Amino acid sequence: MEKEFYLGIDVGSVSTNLVLLNSQRELVYRDYLRTMGQPIRVVQEGLKALKGRMGEINIAGAGTTGSGRKLAGIMIGADVVKNEITTHAVAALDTNPAVSTILEIGGQDSKIIILRDGIVSDFAMNTVCAAGTGSFLDRQAERLQIPIEEFGDLALKSKNEVRVAGRCAVFAESDMIHKQQLGHRIEDIVYGLCQALVRNYLNNLGKGKAIKPTVLFQGGVAANRGIREAFRRELGMEIEVPPHYDVMGSIGVALIAKETAKRMGRTGFRGLDISKCQFGVRPIECKGCANMCEIIEIVKDGTGIACWGDRCGKWSNRIGK
Amino acid sequence: MLVTFPHMGNAYIAMKSVLEDLGVEVLVPPPCTKRTLELGTKYSPELACLPLKLNIGNYIEAIERGAEVIVMAGGCGPCRFGYYAEVQREILQDLGYSFKMVVLERPQGNVRDFVKKIAIITGGKTVFRVLASIKRATRVAVLMDELERLCWQIRPREKSGGTVSRLMREFHSQALNTRGSVGLAALIGEYKDRISRVETKGNKEVLGIGIVGEIYTVIEPFVNVSIAEKLGDLGAEVDKSITVSYWVINHLIKEALHLHNKNELQEASYPYLRSFVGGHGQESVANTVLYKRRGYDGVIHLLPFTCMPEIVARSVLPEVSHRYGIPVMTLVLDEMTGEAGYMTRLEAFVDLIRRKKEMKGLYGERILSGD
Repeated sequence: MEKEFYLGIDVGSVSTNLVLLNSQRELVYRDYLRTMGQPIRVVQEGLKALKGRMGEINIAGAGTTGSGRKLAGIMIGADVVKNEITTHAVAALDTNPAVSTILEIGGQDSKIIILRDGIVSDFAMNTVCAAGTGSFLDRQAERLQIPIEEFGDLALKSKNEVRVAGRCAVFAESDMIHKQQLGHRIEDIVYGLCQALVRNYLNNLGKGKAIKPTVLFQGGVAANRGIREAFRRELGMEIEVPPHYDVMGSIGVALIAKETAKRMGRTGFRGLDISKCQFGVRPIECKGCANMCEIIEIVKDGTGIACWGDRCGKWSNRIGK
Repeated sequence: MLVTFPHMGNAYIAMKSVLEDLGVEVLVPPPCTKRTLELGTKYSPELACLPLKLNIGNYIEAIERGAEVIVMAGGCGPCRFGYYAEVQREILQDLGYSFKMVVLERPQGNVRDFVKKIAIITGGKTVFRVLASIKRATRVAVLMDELERLCWQIRPREKSGGTVSRLMREFHSQALNTRGSVGLAALIGEYKDRISRVETKGNKEVLGIGIVGEIYTVIEPFVNVSIAEKLGDLGAEVDKSITVSYWVINHLIKEALHLHNKNELQEASYPYLRSFVGGHGQESVANTVLYKRRGYDGVIHLLPFTCMPEIVARSVLPEVSHRYGIPVMTLVLDEMTGEAGYMTRLEAFVDLIRRKKEMKGLYGERILSGD
């Protein structure tokens, strides 16, 4: 019997991640692509690269997650389309069944997930404020002309604490400039920024939540050792970073797809060759009422395969769900 | 004389009923849309809460269609709402619209004043006739809420997705052309019948989610991103702690007659919130507890951005959630019309409580089998 693989795709606002798990739930392939506002193209390119590397393989289940999950799900014929909270929790539990808290910080948003006895008991998401996300660090690193990859290691060299205001990204920036002008050392300021992000994150998302060990830190920002250290000190507990911390969403949805496909006894995956299909979107402005919904029709090789964006269901119900 | 009023979910049905029974020509504003919101945010103070803005949009769209009289509720409290009508009148006057605004307040000892105001709208009808129309409209409101509740029950169980929602859209477009309490009651009856005959998956297990919070955001689907529909489609049966008929009966009628019994609310919200904090803040806390007692699996708490009473409730709810072991999620609603963020949270919340329920099931079985 040929080997079976399970595909997970996380289409986020900044990056798109593809992972492939084998039937032992081990990661055998991972790819990171920039979404650059073109989810259709990036998914197709990702699948093409996957085929290039792995050849003709048997994909027995596929799933999508992230803010572009619906679109990607329709494109590839996903067995499961899941929100980021659930997929992150599933992946974390698979890594360490004892996990009680998941800290997740990505480029554009951040979440906290509280688990008790292996199930999600509470969560919070931050999407309106940038001060608790990776883009905050990105922006300040740019300002200080430090490559973001070196940011964390530099922070660890800090010997004196410099407090940078963290409630708002704009205030943080002016506060930081002020501290620079006073002559504080760069590594102290950099660590101050890490602390500011952590404080902001815990104030916004951790509000009223009991953060207990085991704590898993995932998402792209988990690569930053300065942030890890700031979390460790602020929470007074060890922070664990899973090996594939930056693709946990894709891993989670691949795991769920495996379960779903097993239960259904088949997969709806359209095959790796969909990278050759012509996908497009047809925007329609509905003039049926004053809502003027902006409808999007997803077209595969000239025929509509899905429709959404309407409030009343007039369009989305036309193509079978 | 063409009379209009602001929207709040299905409240227009009861308003149509009472006014038309009194022989008044009614103009129902077009349903809330993005244009309503745009008009409202353009002309309202930025700091005002969302319902005020949508009301303004409703008025303007109704006046454009020829409405001459606006009926609005008002009075002392229970929060900023008490002053809505006055602010709205000023805004519309500044914009140069010509209209008459009748602010109905709960008769606080002065029934004659209330009747006088009604007379402006109706052109002088006997008190008896006015009271009889209110009574019939209350009945219509109750029937309407029963119809909605039926939808909440059927939707998660329907065999072919979207059937209930389609029937309800049909219902609302017909309701606009149906006059008076008799016609409306008959129409509601017809649709209750049709919806109860929608094919369902008989033994499907559904989740129970209670919705608490500020009255307008709980009732008006345009603001709450049609939460009842969305949760229904995700396989959850919802219940709303506040409905139009609840409000009419408890806040308008019983309160006026000093019959509103708040013992249950007081008891349930004790000791987390011992007193009235404006709006429905205390109710939000009490109802969360009551939903737990009635066996619901989770509670969603809704509020418009900057709503004081619900901010108080919000800060109490995590403790209530923890003590009673019922998941609670708060959603703050504002001018955003993008729904993706809400959808992610609703999905994740449904996943959370489903999983929790499954685990409880497993645990229960284990106890039963003595394992």
